[in-house]
Amino acid sequence: MSKQVLANMKTNKRLRKRYRKEKLFKGSAIFALSLAAAFLVFFFYNIINQGYSALVQAQILVDVQYNEASHKSYRKAIDKSYRKIVSRGWLRTLPIYMEDHPEVMNTVRNEWVVATADVDQYLKGKSNRLKDKQKRQIDKLQEEGKVKLSFNSNFFTNGDSKMAELAGIKSALVGSIYVLIVTLLVALPIGVMTAIYLEEFAPDNRLTQVIEVNINNLAAIPSILFGLLGLAIFINFFGVPRSSALVGGLTLALMTLPVIIITTRAALRAVPHTIREAAYGLGASKWQTVWHHTLPLALPGILTGSIIGLAQAMGETAPLLIIGMMAYIPDTPTGFTEVATVLPAQIFTWAGESIRAYEERTAAAILVLLSLLLSMNSLAVWLRKRFETRW
Amino acid sequence: MNTSKINIQDLKLWYGTEQALHGINLAIADKKITAFIGPSGCGKSTLLRCMNRMNDHISSCRIEGEVTLDDKNIYAPDVDVVQLRTHVGMVFQKPNPFPKSIYENIAYAPSIHGIAKKGVEMDELVETALKKASLWTEVKDKLHQSGTALSGGQQQRLCIARTIAIKPDVILMDEPCSALDPIASAKIEELMDELKSEFTIIIVTHSMQQAARVSDNTAFFYMGNLIEFGETSSLFSQPQQQQTEDYITGRFG
Amino acid sequence: MVNSILILSLMSVISGFFILQHVKKKSLNSRWHSLPAYYAWFAVLWMVVPALCLFFFSSVLHLLHLYDVGASFLIPSTILLTLWGTWRGLKQINPELKARESVEKVIRVSLVLAASISILTTIGIVLAIIFEAMQFFHIVSVWEFITGTHWAPDDATDGNTQGMFGSIPVFAGTFMITIIAMCVAVPIGILSAVYMSEYASEKVRNTAKPALEILAGVPTVVYGFFAAITVSPLVVKFADAVGLHADYTNALTPGIVMGIMIIPFISSLSDDVIRAVPRSLRDASLALGTTMSETIVRIVLPAALPGIIAACLLGISRALGETMIVVMAAGLRPNLTWNPLEGMTTVTVRIVDALTGDQAFDSPETLSAFGLGLVLLIITLMLNVLSIYVIRRFRSQYE
Repeated sequence: MSKQVLANMKTNKRLRKRYRKEKLFKGSAIFALSLAAAFLVFFFYNIINQGYSALVQAQILVDVQYNEASHKSYRKAIDKSYRKIVSRGWLRTLPIYMEDHPEVMNTVRNEWVVATADVDQYLKGKSNRLKDKQKRQIDKLQEEGKVKLSFNSNFFTNGDSKMAELAGIKSALVGSIYVLIVTLLVALPIGVMTAIYLEEFAPDNRLTQVIEVNINNLAAIPSILFGLLGLAIFINFFGVPRSSALVGGLTLALMTLPVIIITTRAALRAVPHTIREAAYGLGASKWQTVWHHTLPLALPGILTGSIIGLAQAMGETAPLLIIGMMAYIPDTPTGFTEVATVLPAQIFTWAGESIRAYEERTAAAILVLLSLLLSMNSLAVWLRKRFETRW
Repeated sequence: MNTSKINIQDLKLWYGTEQALHGINLAIADKKITAFIGPSGCGKSTLLRCMNRMNDHISSCRIEGEVTLDDKNIYAPDVDVVQLRTHVGMVFQKPNPFPKSIYENIAYAPSIHGIAKKGVEMDELVETALKKASLWTEVKDKLHQSGTALSGGQQQRLCIARTIAIKPDVILMDEPCSALDPIASAKIEELMDELKSEFTIIIVTHSMQQAARVSDNTAFFYMGNLIEFGETSSLFSQPQQQQTEDYITGRFG
Repeated sequence: MVNSILILSLMSVISGFFILQHVKKKSLNSRWHSLPAYYAWFAVLWMVVPALCLFFFSSVLHLLHLYDVGASFLIPSTILLTLWGTWRGLKQINPELKARESVEKVIRVSLVLAASISILTTIGIVLAIIFEAMQFFHIVSVWEFITGTHWAPDDATDGNTQGMFGSIPVFAGTFMITIIAMCVAVPIGILSAVYMSEYASEKVRNTAKPALEILAGVPTVVYGFFAAITVSPLVVKFADAVGLHADYTNALTPGIVMGIMIIPFISSLSDDVIRAVPRSLRDASLALGTTMSETIVRIVLPAALPGIIAACLLGISRALGETMIVVMAAGLRPNLTWNPLEGMTTVTVRIVDALTGDQAFDSPETLSAFGLGLVLLIITLMLNVLSIYVIRRFRSQYE
């Protein structure tokens, strides 16, 4: 009987239908995963495509007059015909430059200077507000080799600016570093200590359970509510200066805390019990066991978790908006209590600018942010791989 | 030996580069219980899983040779593995009822294969299967309770009932009693004896006593080779090979 | 003030170092209860802790505006306390002193204190939000807040808030965008998880899973930019092509982008729970002659369902609290509509808008942010507790 059926398998109608369903199901699963992968590819392609052009910046070769007249009125430093295409923000810096470098006075120098954002966008083939006359002028200069696109160092050495061609990410980057330092200093010790307590010392009582549930909840609270906390507690109650790296760091530290606690606990738990028992067996106290044996073994895991937590904090924007870290800040902060902005907040403010030239800078800032985050995460993965002990 | 149900010819199997079976030749008799014995890692479970092609799901696994079921090679390209498994059922080492009700555990496969329609027909099928697995009297009042709530022995009998319900020709049992206590094991052994009138049964077992009690034929495996195969009574009383004797007298394994 | 603190701490560190050396030497060569280092730490703790306590209490008093301890009193008294503590500590050191136990007690207490900070944070968030929200509900009745369909905080003045704070359109926008996001994320996330855990080879899975998790690591402000600059024009163009009108800030755009963001949350968690379903159940089903998809749909997914539900609940709570994408792409207009192509606003957008303006801190608009925040907090906490409960039941089933 079964010989018959085995031979007829492929012609069985019901079975054919079941296989069609199987194919459909598998197909849709593959489709879903490819769709997600396609999103990923398109997303990165899109951002890179928009941002890479901000790495170069238009410059124009002009004669710059360094003399008393141009010191008084900086517009006079260059020929009238260039005034519409050379960055006014750059011209503004001339008097100070002359004061700092008296040797240039009373000379005429042929120099590459920053062009306006519109010239920049025109050269890159993007939409701009240049008049036809100016376009012709640029075309002519280009033939003469007096206009070029060169590496945009301003983007990395300047702070924010109302002139798109001069706007850079330095102040935001420094602000981010200040904020991260505060976050690290607050969250790491508290997080690791909490984890050690919960994992190694805590008795299984009500308090411990409450703390555990709390940490879980803390990890799930939307980040914006941490902003409300920062505003109500740190700024209004404790009087920490608004918009400062200090309040930003404190707020983000509370957000990062659960990440560090959870990963540290996992790292401590991964250390086998036999090691603790061996230490107890040699007469070590609980704390000695933790300090000399468990903690060093769990260190790679703790580091990995902390880096991942910091990377999250670095990309966070919403709570920082609430505590005012989205202001226009052209100057690099030099202290923890000064007004500061961070990279994601800078991205947010630039994204809201109506001038098109900011768009590529926004995308470029995103690229910087993403590469920083990616390298932090790679470092974490590398650390884990390099120092992981398999038990 | 009389008519054979399954014929294994020069079967070789590799996991990656490691060869687990070295050219097995074996004929399994119809409506008899055949036991596979041997020390752990000798390939007896692997061979069992070749007979319903469960090894297909291990990507590193490669097979050469033939396994014929009623003279049809089950590794032939025109053979459908889903269909094959309705002819060759399997009971696993650890009882693994689905986290569904007892009724659904049994009705699951027949409804997919279209063996019985929902309603009275299915009810009858479930009842017959449970009766054949000697579980009916114990569970008839709680058919809609979860199958995972039963005791270990009951769970294993539920798994047997589930397999019977799709009316296979052959039932493969992979150490069905190793997770059970002696009383539950005895019940399964009793059940096997009843089932052999209808099904060809192959059982992998660690326990030589169990093999001696339940099986008609016994095959002894060692290091991926079939060392000895014969009627159970003669294999245990007069083993032909030194290795077999060492094993059944407990000198190794 | 800062300088004097610095000098004081520097002095303490230096003298602490000398005390450490001194005590270590003294306790080195005889049969003492604890190791030398513990006596040293014992002395240092006695030196530092009393002074720190004084410092802490005076700053608490200062912050609570109860009493301002002047620096002229604080600095000398701190020095005195330090000296007194050092003297007390050194005097107690003798072979019978159980220094290790005392030091470890201090360590333990500081660990407990650190652990309590997480509780304090939660309590802090809850209290801060409730306190400010109470002030808001003092001005606007809860009933009006819950049932009103008109949200116009800009028009509200201190005296007149009648009919300005009806939150229904704000929540309608939030839920609309959340639903769109889940429509994108749930099917793609679960099916991706099914493919990764059931069909894909180990190699494919090991590349696909981390690749998807990159999506989860992208900052939300980047998604916001992507939504506003790239997706939104696409949606408008597409709507035009099928003869519909779409606003540039529509609910669909942030919904889709948020969905993309949530895919990895759902796929990663679902992949984990699907893989936690015992192999033996799959084997049992396959051995009965079922196809892979029949096994997955009828055995594996039902068994993993609690975990998948928990993943989706977490995804929902993410979507509800997501801020940057909606701030940048959803618009500010409170709009009660079923049409996702129109602009809608969300709770988080209104919170940001209310707190980044120039209003005084106790203006009704500012306070309304806390009212909205309170509701958001309650919803997300409920979702979280529910998902923890569900996942715990799943775990107990298979462990």
